Amino acid sequence: MNVALIGLGSVGRGVAGMIAKKDLGITITGIADSKSGCMDPDGLDIENLLTRKNKEGYCGDQKVSASDVIRKAEYDALIEVTPTNALTGEPAIGYIKAALLRKKHVVTSNKGPIALAFKELRALAAKKGVSLRYEATVAGAIPIMHTLEHGLAGNEILALYGVLNGTCNYILTRMAAEGLTYEQALMEAREMGYAEADPTYDVQGIDAAIKLVILANTIWGNGIRLNDIDRTGIDLLTPDALRLAEDEGCTIRLIAEAIPRKHILRVSPRIIEKNHPLVVDGTLNALTLETDMAKEITLIGRGAGSTETASAIIGDLLFIKDSYVQRA
Amino acid sequence: MTGDPVQVSMKLEMKDSPGQLVAALKPMSDVGGNIIAVIHQREPDLDDDTLNVQIVLELPEGRREKLVALLNEQGVRIQRIDEERLRYKRTVIMIGHLMHTDLSDTVDQIDSTGFAEVCELAMSMPAVNERSSSRITIKAVSKGDMEAALAILRRVSHQKSLLLIEPLEEIA
Repeated sequence: MNVALIGLGSVGRGVAGMIAKKDLGITITGIADSKSGCMDPDGLDIENLLTRKNKEGYCGDQKVSASDVIRKAEYDALIEVTPTNALTGEPAIGYIKAALLRKKHVVTSNKGPIALAFKELRALAAKKGVSLRYEATVAGAIPIMHTLEHGLAGNEILALYGVLNGTCNYILTRMAAEGLTYEQALMEAREMGYAEADPTYDVQGIDAAIKLVILANTIWGNGIRLNDIDRTGIDLLTPDALRLAEDEGCTIRLIAEAIPRKHILRVSPRIIEKNHPLVVDGTLNALTLETDMAKEITLIGRGAGSTETASAIIGDLLFIKDSYVQRA
Repeated sequence: MTGDPVQVSMKLEMKDSPGQLVAALKPMSDVGGNIIAVIHQREPDLDDDTLNVQIVLELPEGRREKLVALLNEQGVRIQRIDEERLRYKRTVIMIGHLMHTDLSDTVDQIDSTGFAEVCELAMSMPAVNERSSSRITIKAVSKGDMEAALAILRRVSHQKSLLLIEPLEEIA
């Protein structure tokens, strides 16, 4: 199967590296970063391109744009891993549409397009008879979408609860374990590379809420948007609050929660027993699904990271390869 | 939080003859009790002339001894007596300027409902003008009452700009 890769940040490099390293039957025929692009129907030399990217800051020909690669390269599936724009979803929405219009499958890790334009993009994919997959948008390496689609097929999902933001979970873990203030734990998270210079998006629960939007739309098709989520962040928590929870055998975690029968769509810090399956340490993510047949199922895993996210993307690609594209 | 009614469940044994049940119930109203349920149980292995009755009632605090004495006077045998106060318990954490926003009013908003009360409060005040943190345990008569009590706390927290951290609901 031939693929085109748009975006060569941490995730894009992880995907390219794994495709080059593993014998998956996937060939990269087009690549673009924000400054350049290149195409070769016989397959690109990935290691060479990644070396150039590291040395010179761009991977290909600066006269070739991402749009050129999407419109002209020969590929079966587009891998769209450009940075998330939570407000407009662009330019990723445009990239995805262009590929779908060419009847190309799309795999993305980009939360913007899926949270903002899911209905439209899904309808377009269906109309063109191709697949749009986005396992990597929620909870990194955890195969939540595959679990919902296949493992739990036929189940009614009654509720979901999740720890969906590794940055918040790291901060809360450190506050509880070391008695750090929020500010100290945030500083540490930055030093470890777990938090952005502007942590607003993570610590105010926006990132977790966007993931909840994606999950809710996938499961219930209810068309909810970011503004429908009742959201409270962790930036006003005190070490004393964590200690008070600790005294009762509990801790505090940022929990994303959706319970349609109670009209609950909420991201908020919650008191939770320390032995609860959702209490995971550090940057881990966790998700509990409550279903009619399987009852409760909890998945725990890494929510971010270059290779971890590549795992989700490659899972989607191989699913497409097995379902639609002739085996190599 | 004194003076709040106590929920009492009693199992009584009495003679199965006219007027006995009324005689047993009268002391309950005499001490200011509020009868919630009367459950008759005719157990097959008991003598025909004995009646077993289970009674659930709300009793003003401190009236239990008096009621027991009155029932004994009436010749009613108390097989079992259990006090069931407010059965539902939840713990929340509040963060913010708790004293400056009148903590006793916050607590009173719950206590004054009659169906829920604050039964434990732990506080930490790091320094003047810094936000304090408190752990508040609430008891309520029923699950619905607990929901109502939490709704009050949400409203009060919003009004007083306090951060309310609720427990994650039991996965049912």
